[in-house]
Amino acid sequence: MSKGTQSPVFCAIARHFKRAPLAAGLLSVATVIGVGGGIARAQTPPTLNLGLVTFLSGPAAGPFGIPGRNAAELIVEAINKGTLPAPYNQKGMAGATVNLVIVDEAGSTTEVVQSFRNLAQRQNVNAVVGYISSGSCLAVAPVAEELKMLTVFFDCGTPRIFEDAKYNYVFRTSATSTMDSVAAARYVKAKYPQTGSYAGINQNYAWGQDSWKDFDESMKVLVPESKEVANQFPKLFAGQYNAEISSLLVSKANVIHSSFWGGDLESFILQAGARGLQKDSRMILTTGETTMFRLRGQIPNGVILGGRGPFGVLAHKSPLNDWFRQQYQDRYGTPPIYTSYQMAQAILGLKIAYDKASAGADLPPTDAVGKSLSGLKYEAFGTQVDMALGDGHQAVTETAYGTFNFNKDTDTPEITDVVYYPAWCVNPPPSVKSADWIKDGMKGAKCD
Amino acid sequence: MLTLVAISVDGLVYAAWLFLVAVGLTLILGVMRVLNVAHGGFYSFGAYTAAWGIGIYFDRGWPAAGSFFVLAAAAIAVGLMLGLLIERGLLRWMYDRDEVIIALVTYAVFLILEDAVLLVWGVDPYFAYQPSTLLGNTDIATLPFPNYDLALIALALIVGGILWWVLTFTHRGKILLAVIHDREMSVFLGINVPRVFTVTFVIGAMLGALGGAVTAPIISVTPGIGVEVIVLAFAVVVIGGMGSIAGAAIGSLLVGLAHAAAVHLLPQIELFVIYAVMSLVLALRPRGLFSQAQMRRI
Repeated sequence: MSKGTQSPVFCAIARHFKRAPLAAGLLSVATVIGVGGGIARAQTPPTLNLGLVTFLSGPAAGPFGIPGRNAAELIVEAINKGTLPAPYNQKGMAGATVNLVIVDEAGSTTEVVQSFRNLAQRQNVNAVVGYISSGSCLAVAPVAEELKMLTVFFDCGTPRIFEDAKYNYVFRTSATSTMDSVAAARYVKAKYPQTGSYAGINQNYAWGQDSWKDFDESMKVLVPESKEVANQFPKLFAGQYNAEISSLLVSKANVIHSSFWGGDLESFILQAGARGLQKDSRMILTTGETTMFRLRGQIPNGVILGGRGPFGVLAHKSPLNDWFRQQYQDRYGTPPIYTSYQMAQAILGLKIAYDKASAGADLPPTDAVGKSLSGLKYEAFGTQVDMALGDGHQAVTETAYGTFNFNKDTDTPEITDVVYYPAWCVNPPPSVKSADWIKDGMKGAKCD
Repeated sequence: MLTLVAISVDGLVYAAWLFLVAVGLTLILGVMRVLNVAHGGFYSFGAYTAAWGIGIYFDRGWPAAGSFFVLAAAAIAVGLMLGLLIERGLLRWMYDRDEVIIALVTYAVFLILEDAVLLVWGVDPYFAYQPSTLLGNTDIATLPFPNYDLALIALALIVGGILWWVLTFTHRGKILLAVIHDREMSVFLGINVPRVFTVTFVIGAMLGALGGAVTAPIISVTPGIGVEVIVLAFAVVVIGGMGSIAGAAIGSLLVGLAHAAAVHLLPQIELFVIYAVMSLVLALRPRGLFSQAQMRRI
C-alpha cells in the first residue's frame, strides 16, 4: 500500500498510537510529579520554632548564658538528626524539625518582658525555653500565662514562681535554690558536725538574700548549737571584697556560706585565697563547680563546692552523661557546667512532652504538650527529673556537694568526698512553701 | 581593737583605689568642664588590656617582677590611644556646645567602648592574678593584708603627690590651674587652651586606665566593670569638688572609711553609705569640699 492510499481507520488508529506515547509520557510525568510531590509533602517535617532566651552579653554571659546557649545548639542539632542516645533518638520534637530563635536576656525587666512578647506575638514561636535571672522568671511567668505560650524555665532559682502562683503554661525543669542551701547545711552537718559558728557573704539581691535565708534557717534546724556570727551582702558586681573578707576574718566563723556566681565568685575566691580565709573557715560555695576548671589551683583545697544539682563533675556516670560531656567537650573545648546541663535537661523534657503528645503529622496543640510535660518523670543527662511540685510544673532533682582538691601530680582539679542528697531530702513536699518547710524542721524529708 | 584596725586599713585601701579611679575624672572635669562618662570605658579598657598583657607576659615565661611594668604600659597605651582618638576626633568639635550635650556624647562613647570590649575580648572573664600574688601578705594586728593592696596606698600617694607637685611648682601645672580658674582669660593671655585640653584629656584617660590596670590582678575582669566604677568616681568628684586633686583625695578617704566602717559595723547600710556621705557633704558645701568660688556672670 502506498502512502497516499492509507485507510482512514488505519490513520485514526495510527494517530491514536502516535498520541499514545505522548499521552502515556504525560501521564507518567504527571503521576511521578503527583506521587513524588505527595511523597515529598509527606516527607517534609513541620518546623517547630523554639524561642531560646539566655544571657549573651553582660557579666552573666560568660559563666552562664553562653554555656547554656552552647548546650541548646548541641542538643537541638542532635534532636534534629536523631543522634541523641536511646531512648531519645527519634528525630525532631513530635517529628518536627526544631528551629532555634535565640534572644539575649540582658536588659531591664521591662525589656525582657517585651522580648518575650515579641517572641510570642511577632516571631510566632511554638514554645520558649530560657531565663537565668530569677527577676526575669518572675516577670515573664504571668505574661506567658496571659499569652498561653508554653514556657520552660531552665535555670532561675527562686522558689516563689510556683509557691506564690499557679500556671498552666509555665514549667521549670530544674530545682529551686532552696535545694542548694538545704543541701549545703546538710553537708556541713554531715562532715563538720562540731560547727560552732557560721557566716555568709552573698550578693545583695533576691538570689543572694534567698540563698542566705534558706541556709541560715537550715543551719538553725540541722546544727542548732551553731550560731551566725557575720553576714555580708555586698552590691551585685562589686568585685572587691577587702572589707568584707576582713570582717569574715575577724568573725573567725567555722563555716562561710556564699552563693556568689560569675565574676564576683572568682574575684572573691582570688581575694579570700590570697588572705588565707580558708585557714580558719571552711568556705561552702553553692555554685562553685562552675569555676573549678577556670581557677584550678587558685581555689584553696578544702573548699566545699556545689553545682546546683548533680551536674558537671558531680553528674552520675551514664550513657547519656558520657555522650553529652564528650560531645560538648569536642565541640566547645571545655567541659559543660551546670547551666549547660540544665538547658539540655529543659530541651529534652520538652522533646519528650512533644513526642508523647504527638498524634499525627502536625504539631500537637500547646495544651496537649503541657499536659504531657505536667508531672513528667524522665532521665536527663545528669540526673532523674521529677516534675512533682507546683501541680506538676516544678521539677525536683537530687543534688550533690563535694570538697575541692587540686591534684598537683596530675595537674587537675578534683572534687572528693562527694555526698548525694535524694530529691525529697532537700526539697519541700508538694503544697508546702520552702521557707515554711525549713522553719518547721523539714518534716517528711527522706534522706535515706 | 581588731575591728578598728581592720576598718582603718580597709578604709585606706579602698580610699586609695577610689582615688586612683576618680582623679582622672576630676582633672578632666575641672579643666575642661566635661562630665566624662566615658571614664568608665577607660577603666574597662585598662583592666582588659592589663589582663591580656599579663596573660601573654607569663605565657612567655618572662621574669615575674617585670609584670608590674605591664600594668603601667597598659595604662599608658590605652590612655594615649583612646584619649587622643576621643578628644581629637570627637570632643574638640563639641566644646562650644552645651555641657549637657557633651555629657551625652561622652555617654555614647562609653556605650561604644563597652561594646568594643565585647568585640575585642568576648564575654568570658579574664584573670591576671599573678602580680598580686608576688608580694605576699603582711599581718597587721593578726589580720593578713595582701601587700599588693598596701602597695595601692603607696601608688595613690605617689600619683597624688606627682599631680600636686606638677600643678603647684611647674610652669605647665600653673597653666593648667589658670585654665581651671578662668578659661576665657587664659585664651586672652595667649595660652593654647585646645592643646591644654588635649593633654589633660589624655592624662585623665591614662589615669582612668591606670585605675583599671591595677585593679585587674585582684578581680575577675568581666564585661560591665566600667559601669560600677562610674557612679563611685562621680560621687568622689562631687564630694571633693570639681577639679580639685586634694578634694578627690579627701573625698576618697571619707568614702573609703565610711564604707569600711559600714561593712564591719552595720553591713545593712553598706550599699547606700557612699550616697549618705555625698548627701551630707553637699548639704553643708553644695559645691564640694574644695570647690572654688564661682563668679556669677550677669
